[in-house]
Amino acid sequence: MSGLYGMARRRNWLRRTRNIALLGAIAPLLGGCHYALLDPAGPIGQDELNIIYLATGLMLLVVVPVIVLTLLFAWRYRASNTKATYRPEWSHSGKIEVVIWSIPAIIVAILGYVTWTTSHTLDPYRPIASANKPVEVEVASLNWKWLFIYPQLGIATVNELAFPVDTPVEFRLTSSRVMNAFFIPRLGTQIYTMAGMQTRLSLMADRVGTYQGMSSNFSGDGFSTMRFAAKAMSAKDFGAWVEKVRASHEALTLSAYRKLAKPSENLPVEHYATVAPHLFHDILNLCTDGQTCIDAQHMARRMTSHGHEMAMAKRPHTLAHGS
Amino acid sequence: MTAIAPALEDTASGIDLGAHADGHHDTQSKVTLGFWIYLMSDCIIFACLFATFSVLRHATAGGPDGREIFDLPYVAVETGCLLVSSFTYGLAMLAMNRDDRSWTMGWLVVTMLLGMTFVGMEIHEFAGLVAKGFGPDRSGFLSAFFTLVGTHGLHVTAGIIWMMVMMGHLMRRGLTEANRTRLMCLSLFWHFLDVIWIGVFTVVYLMGVAH
Amino acid sequence: MFGKLTLAAIPYQNPIILGAVAFMVICVIAVLALVTYFRFWSTLWNDWLTSVDHKRIGVMYIVLATIMLLRGFADALMMRLQQALASAGGPGYLPPEHFDQVFTAHGVIMIFFMAMPFIVGLMNVVVPMQIGARDVAFPYMNSLSFWLTVAGAILVNLSLGIGDFAKTGWLAYPPLSELHMSPGVGVDYYIWSLQIAGIGTLLGGVNMITTILRMRAPGMTLMRMPIFTWTSLCSNMLIVAAFPALTATLAMLSLDRYLGMHFFTAGSGGNPMMYINLIWIWGHPEVYILVLPCFGVYSEVVATFSGKPLFGYTSMVYATVCITVLSFMVWLHHFFTMGSGADVNAFFGIMTMIIAVPTGVKIFNWLFTIYRGRLRFEPPVLWTLGFMVTFTIGGMTGVLMAVPPADFVLHNSLFLIAHFHNAIIGGVVFGVMAGMNYWFPKAFGFKLDPFWGKVSFWCWIIGFYVAFMPLYALGLMGMTRRLDTPHNPIWHTYLVVAMIGAVIIFLGILAELVQIAVSLRNREVLRDVTGDPWQGRTLEWATSSPPAYYNFPTTPIVTARDAFWDMKQRGVAMQPLGTYHQIHMPRNTATGLIIAGFATVLGFALIWHIWWLAGATFVVAFGVAIGKSFDEDRDYYVPVEEIERTEKRYFAQLPSEG
Repeated sequence: MSGLYGMARRRNWLRRTRNIALLGAIAPLLGGCHYALLDPAGPIGQDELNIIYLATGLMLLVVVPVIVLTLLFAWRYRASNTKATYRPEWSHSGKIEVVIWSIPAIIVAILGYVTWTTSHTLDPYRPIASANKPVEVEVASLNWKWLFIYPQLGIATVNELAFPVDTPVEFRLTSSRVMNAFFIPRLGTQIYTMAGMQTRLSLMADRVGTYQGMSSNFSGDGFSTMRFAAKAMSAKDFGAWVEKVRASHEALTLSAYRKLAKPSENLPVEHYATVAPHLFHDILNLCTDGQTCIDAQHMARRMTSHGHEMAMAKRPHTLAHGS
Repeated sequence: MTAIAPALEDTASGIDLGAHADGHHDTQSKVTLGFWIYLMSDCIIFACLFATFSVLRHATAGGPDGREIFDLPYVAVETGCLLVSSFTYGLAMLAMNRDDRSWTMGWLVVTMLLGMTFVGMEIHEFAGLVAKGFGPDRSGFLSAFFTLVGTHGLHVTAGIIWMMVMMGHLMRRGLTEANRTRLMCLSLFWHFLDVIWIGVFTVVYLMGVAH
Repeated sequence: MFGKLTLAAIPYQNPIILGAVAFMVICVIAVLALVTYFRFWSTLWNDWLTSVDHKRIGVMYIVLATIMLLRGFADALMMRLQQALASAGGPGYLPPEHFDQVFTAHGVIMIFFMAMPFIVGLMNVVVPMQIGARDVAFPYMNSLSFWLTVAGAILVNLSLGIGDFAKTGWLAYPPLSELHMSPGVGVDYYIWSLQIAGIGTLLGGVNMITTILRMRAPGMTLMRMPIFTWTSLCSNMLIVAAFPALTATLAMLSLDRYLGMHFFTAGSGGNPMMYINLIWIWGHPEVYILVLPCFGVYSEVVATFSGKPLFGYTSMVYATVCITVLSFMVWLHHFFTMGSGADVNAFFGIMTMIIAVPTGVKIFNWLFTIYRGRLRFEPPVLWTLGFMVTFTIGGMTGVLMAVPPADFVLHNSLFLIAHFHNAIIGGVVFGVMAGMNYWFPKAFGFKLDPFWGKVSFWCWIIGFYVAFMPLYALGLMGMTRRLDTPHNPIWHTYLVVAMIGAVIIFLGILAELVQIAVSLRNREVLRDVTGDPWQGRTLEWATSSPPAYYNFPTTPIVTARDAFWDMKQRGVAMQPLGTYHQIHMPRNTATGLIIAGFATVLGFALIWHIWWLAGATFVVAFGVAIGKSFDEDRDYYVPVEEIERTEKRYFAQLPSEG
């Protein structure tokens, strides 16, 4: 818990630093709502925006003087200006050297500190602290559409993602074939979806609304059409939405999935009241066509201390249908 | 990539464009340095293949792992051939330094035969694996294995061809400065392949069986 | 008999491609006809195509780069037009499978066949002269390197008319580039053109390092080398260290595609992430391979035109070496969003930022070189000032994206596209333009017309800002890269502005071509008779313009850092010598051209699975290389009389100021 508390505190710190960030003043000029990244609808996106402001502000402290000096020196020491001092042999100054190495070094040291701390606090795998119980969503990028499975609810959708507002959403992501990236700009962090591998991501919306979701990693001919609506709803609306999905009577069986997984573009939103058992596990383990699952091939192995879990042998029980 | 070796060797022509004192010593130092740099870049290719092999070592995809397919005594004989061939190449260089063309060529022939034995044994090992259905398309592990070992084998083959070419050079012109530089580069190349093989033997075979 | 190659491979049903092919064929025929009409064939063959003279090879590299710039820029205009049209609604004029090839080809051509040859060309022309040498260490290999680069360029361009090009993006990430997702020949064109050109680049790197380390004039210690030579040395070390990684990676991808192996496949034990790691181990150093020599150009230009030695030479050298080493420790910042974990991401993020320190130092060094100087606003200086402003902005956005949480929202967006164009156009393109304007009189004996040079500069820099600032904005709006149909009407205006910017840049390119044409016409007015048109400081200015093929009649002796400036101070520059000695030079040879010719056919045969042809050309190319080693007659001595005659002519035209 202390880690979560630390993160919350860090976020406050970032919010405060934002006020001193120079770019903060420019944001309104850029016209707000068109700029998805400058108008975040959740805490992750907000923190990331603050970091962008902070880092840009810090760097502008040296970038602006450099640009001004460049133009100033070039003008002042133009050949036709014979009034300016000319020292044709001068090429060394210990004092200046110390300054020009230390200024960028200090800025980078500060930025490095920010990088280290925020890389940890905003690690996509890190759960978001909240009083509300997280919603779990399993995401699979197919050619070229998005499949969302709600393991806790036993329902699934295509190209439509709904979740309650102010509630963390914990994604586990994979891809059927080609690599994509799952991205809802107004909520923040994107992450790759890769076949045979699972990544994780936690996001949260603190405003009700429909946000554009997309693939941000090129994945072939239908890439441009890989969009989905991410709908942040009130708890009540979300409940109603779940009921609506359940009322669809469509079943995402294995054979329905195989049909769905075939390359297609611009698929309309699809709701499935039921999902084949262990479907996400089978997509992750590349065995929806009846092959031997990767985990069954005794490949279970952690690639890094943290990151890519090659499909795990243990079948996640949260997948159990209808729980 | 193996085409690079003769291309570089080929520049040992005795041309000196250096600013300082004319002389073959200078040419030789340029060619040797250039060849060293090439070997370092070749080393990086092997480094990538080693890294790949390490990542894919366990990616057997239900196929066999190292323990099931490696025959250590067989590979030990292969290794012996290559190590001895490095020694005989050294003898060829000693003969060259004595200005003894016939013995230089003689030891080159011995080196070549040992190299051919090595390559022959490797081909035999590969053929056996493919016949059992354990070809490079079976799994990531086997892809990495065939590619790493095979790339080394291709280098050895290129070295053998280079030796054949050197026989031609020696017969035509004898132990000229240019040919000495060429033999020197080939020597670097051959010992380099020996060092790489020691890495292959350790990382692929010994660690593969021990695992 | 012809493998996968059939008549169906020719896209005669597509009017856009057909038009482009027809245009290219007409251009080639026109060039051939002109060469024939002016009876230029024997000069072309004897003095250029088979030349091993580093200056001529360098010029040919730059000609190749310029042609490829036009091709790559045509792709850029097509992309901008498609996005501008499609964002208004509707599909635009390019279907996805065509658009995808266009952006892939744009990246591949601009990096491998425009920027690389331009840089290598500049290094070829300048470095041997800067160190007081007569040629590179291995002149014949130099010719081979160049022709292998041409072979790669030819293959890329063949894909336009025969078959298609990769539809994967310029780094061909698997599994998209694997056989089941890209079954055509596009990725194979990509692989083999890069492999063949890559071998040329690698050989060139070996050559240049040996040249710099072994052939410097007496007295030129490492810490007396001109900065351009220093940056070239570092750049070539990066080539030798990084290109093998590209070779190995592409070789593994081709084994996946040709022999069904499983390096990067999804499933059967393959690991696509490994490809992404390996290719960026090459890819990030590649950025510095391109930009370091440009830093060298700026250093030379700033010092020369300020009439001062470079400020902080020593820290400039250390900064360059720092960048060289660090460039191998940052590759993961290209994929923070892979989920590698906070520690790994933070490490690579911080390493990336650390590179900003030596880079910042360089900028300050240039600033303080201008300080208390007498800056002459010739075109090379304009490009340099444009660079200092533009690159600083590009560096800032780069460091911003080195912060992983910032990258989590900016990655793969148009913000990223704007950033690296900001760095590559502002850093590399401006650099090669500065270099070309600066060294052109040395290579050809007359200056480039300054008026058209300035027009070109202003078009480029204005065009750049108009084209790429909207992309920064679009990135912040959440627009990702490589969209054939941008679906958001709000983006339309920005994309139209960006397209206008691209057109302005195109005017800049045209102005550059006009500049060359005008200068050629006015060459007598622009003639440089002294060999030192800019009051230069380094050795390349110590000889005539253009230099005799042996560069220096006698080897210069170096006693100080700015060697030529020092000679002028001591009054020993440009003095005729009483006696000359004969000079040992390499003979021209067509071997490099022939081997590369077979390599082109070999690549084509591999792409189309024409195995007999591949085998035959491989054996022949190898045989030619071996046969060449039996050729003992490849060098000769320039007689003293010829040297005397040449030098007398040069000294006769020097203005006599006593």
